[in-house]
Amino acid sequence: MNASAWLLVLLQALLFLLGAPLLVAWVKRVKARLQNRRGPALSQPYRDLYKLFGKETLVAHTASGVFRAAPYIVFASTLLACTIVPLLAARLPAAAVADVIVLVGFLALGRFFLALAGMDVGTAFGGMGSSREMLVSALAEPAMLLAVFTLAMTAHSTNLASVVDHQLASGLILRPSYLFALMGLVLVAVAETGRIPVDNPATHLELTMIHEAMILEYSGRHLALMEWAAQLKLMLYGVLIVNVFLPWGIATRITPAALGLGLAAVAGKLLLLGVLLAVAETGLAKMRLFRAPQFLNFALLLALLGLLSHVILETGA
Amino acid sequence: MPADFPLSLLLACAAVLLALGSAGSALGTGRVPGAKILMFLLLGGAGAAAVSAGLLALASPDAAVGELPLGLPWLPWRLRLDALAGFFLLVIGLVVMAVAVYGPGYVRDFEHGQDPLPVLGAFTGLFVVGMLLVVLADDAFLFMVAWELMSLSSYFLVAFQHEQAANRRAAFLYLLMAHVGALSILLGYGVLAAFGGGFAFDAMRAAQLSPLWGSVAFGLAFVGFGMKAGLVPMHAWLPEAHPAAPSHISALMSGVMLKVAVYGFIRFTFDLVGQLQWQWGVVVLVVGSLSALMGVLYALMQHDLKRLLAYHSVENIGIIFIGLGLGLVFLATGHPTAGVLGLIAALYHTLNHALFKSLLFLGAGAILHATHERDLERMGGLLRRMPWTGLFFLVGCISISALPPFNGFVSEWLTFQTALQSWLLEGGVLRSLIPIAAAVLALTGALAAACFVKVYGVAFLGRARSRRVRRARPVSRGMRLGQGFLATLCLLAGVFPTTLLQWLNAVPGQLLGRGLSEATAHGWLWLTPIAPQTASYSAPVVLLALALVWWLSATLLRRGRVRAVRRCDPWGCGFGSGLPGPRMQYTATAFAQPIRRVFGLLFHVDERVERDDAGLRHQLHVADRAWELFYAPVVRWVQAAARQVGRLQSGHIRVYLGWSLGTLLVLLWLIS
Repeated sequence: MNASAWLLVLLQALLFLLGAPLLVAWVKRVKARLQNRRGPALSQPYRDLYKLFGKETLVAHTASGVFRAAPYIVFASTLLACTIVPLLAARLPAAAVADVIVLVGFLALGRFFLALAGMDVGTAFGGMGSSREMLVSALAEPAMLLAVFTLAMTAHSTNLASVVDHQLASGLILRPSYLFALMGLVLVAVAETGRIPVDNPATHLELTMIHEAMILEYSGRHLALMEWAAQLKLMLYGVLIVNVFLPWGIATRITPAALGLGLAAVAGKLLLLGVLLAVAETGLAKMRLFRAPQFLNFALLLALLGLLSHVILETGA
Repeated sequence: MPADFPLSLLLACAAVLLALGSAGSALGTGRVPGAKILMFLLLGGAGAAAVSAGLLALASPDAAVGELPLGLPWLPWRLRLDALAGFFLLVIGLVVMAVAVYGPGYVRDFEHGQDPLPVLGAFTGLFVVGMLLVVLADDAFLFMVAWELMSLSSYFLVAFQHEQAANRRAAFLYLLMAHVGALSILLGYGVLAAFGGGFAFDAMRAAQLSPLWGSVAFGLAFVGFGMKAGLVPMHAWLPEAHPAAPSHISALMSGVMLKVAVYGFIRFTFDLVGQLQWQWGVVVLVVGSLSALMGVLYALMQHDLKRLLAYHSVENIGIIFIGLGLGLVFLATGHPTAGVLGLIAALYHTLNHALFKSLLFLGAGAILHATHERDLERMGGLLRRMPWTGLFFLVGCISISALPPFNGFVSEWLTFQTALQSWLLEGGVLRSLIPIAAAVLALTGALAAACFVKVYGVAFLGRARSRRVRRARPVSRGMRLGQGFLATLCLLAGVFPTTLLQWLNAVPGQLLGRGLSEATAHGWLWLTPIAPQTASYSAPVVLLALALVWWLSATLLRRGRVRAVRRCDPWGCGFGSGLPGPRMQYTATAFAQPIRRVFGLLFHVDERVERDDAGLRHQLHVADRAWELFYAPVVRWVQAAARQVGRLQSGHIRVYLGWSLGTLLVLLWLIS
């Protein structure tokens, strides 16, 4: 049981690595269709990664060791964050190693080095990107923590596996706290993965870019790792939303049939979420940077409302 | 020294004597060769003795007590070394050791300057003596004497470079606040002594206080210790005084002296008063949250490195008091497990803050030593010029930003876990207050990360912004060693939290009669504060996994088709072929500008653009709102009261004699 469970963790990490580019490609494709374009093939992100891994890696004269270490740290911390989130099966041994607060910590660690790397080369753009990223994350991180605290307090556990278990056991109850937390988390996810309306993943316009400004000086395998980590992060938030709030279909026992069902369920839910994201991105315009705090404060407020409605309304003596 | 002292107390006394010896040998510096080395050797010995005494005290099941043949005839100085005192001795000792290794290189600047080294060394020794004695004291009399010794000697250290008017002003402000605080503490002890019938702590413990008088004592102690610890809004002296002292003293003040105030608060509230009330916890929690948030926001606005670090001390003290407040609330409402967890989280953060804040101040000192520069806006690219300092400073930045797997994360994790137990409480107000405090803590952590990206990115990364920084040289080996020692401890405290918690458990074990038995029950690999199914964290596995993924991805990629890394110019932003100049880089002020705009209401921002012959000048001044909201009214009241009193001054001696006679009569009537 134990060895097979840990094998499952490895399998899940592999699925994340392979699935993340696909999810991004799916969102791009749906978005293109919505905008009456044909859009790139679903295999395009894989080809991009392959191409980047084969390219020469350029590093600026002015860059220090932090710049060269950052892609590995960002990639490693994001991948480790992914191994904690239940993807196929609920009872994940990795969830005991690191709970949901550690998950937020992993993402913060990656972001810290990403922002440092942006400032390392000594050009104006990198610093601009880092400054904006840290503003967005400073407001998004508390909202995310509050949203997951709502779940954790309901399940009396910060272990994501127990949270999912508790969700499955208690069945579908429409709780106001969950609704608020879900909305808060969705807004945070949009901001943290650099999607419209907070950031635009497709832009290189100086005035608006955040994430792209930080990785502007990267090339070759460093850039590939950074891109891959960003794709992982999108999938991580997607899985967090669909599997923690709506965990139905997830495997509770480790049998091939249950895992197969779990895979099908999570794939279906993610594809649906991708469509929703594409629709939202098509319908919305990017906000000015100084509107973003209002957006994030709204997320924080929703998450706080979720937590408060939980502690006041739902924990009856 | 009496022979019946237990070993731990003997070691603690040895630490005090060694520190005294260090102060004495400092007087010979400059005249006797080798006196400087002896001074720091003795200081390091004092640190080592304090560490071993602390460890012994944490390991032994009950307190060690002793009596010194000093003090008043009816009140000899009594010493007591229990687990709580032992823990704080450990904290003091570790930082003093690092400072002793770091010091000889750093004070080289002062040897040939006009600032007298003997004064610096002597007051450093006395300062350490004061802090050690505060922790060891077992009666209010010795406590206050040691407290004053600590305050006064640190006053002289703050005023050390007194040629600058700003330093003199900071030192005076510090002296004033320290004494208002000390007065408040004295009154607090007075309440306890009146009910307990004596100044010994034993008598105070036995005192039965009514809830009202208990709250009065608590309030006085909270104001007094909070003033020393730098809680908002009593923090105004801290960002003035800490940067004014030499950097290794700043490390001692921010890293350790604030902790002594935390010690005093814990001793007073949890030990001496004893009968806790949850309302106190709410007050502590609110003030702690406010301090954490305001501290980090003001830190973000600073570009003087040492001032910035001082504001971060306000933040971290706030986090410690959030933990203490949670502990008070849970203990007073009869939830001992969660209460003990809150206390443990606060103690853990106390140790962590001592380690990383001292490390960061030593790093700032190294920069100051190498470049004579404190202003972030003139730094840049220091990582290439001072690689070891850069590495250790990075460790400090990661730790203070509460990122796994370093130590700051563990204590914030424990604080969050305590806050998540709020479902235990009854009543909606408490239950919803605690999650809000948790939200503030989360916001604080994220803002701290932003602030340290700013500090590290502007100071150590990018390119040098001034000539002196471009010519910086690595600092001496001792200075690097002192930083490396603290950086290693930061990593160890982050990776082996369970082992550390086993030691820490003795503190609530002796103080409250119970520890966290469950937290360490699952081996050194697992940290499970409440129960394994509630929450668990395995820092060693996390570190291992991070290293493994890093190593795996790096080796796999190195086997790829293209291995070499080619160096080239960064993108010139379209300005031709040349590199954009260092002044094109983002500055510290620019980095924090979005945050200044978002939280603009909380600052007093004075921003204007002036046009003169030389062109446009942009001026920005961000001031602390505490001055106008809290201090200016106090100053006005004091001046108004002084004017009223001034009416007595008529200049006629007969009026004065009349006043004296009247006072005498009233006094006689009072005592008869």
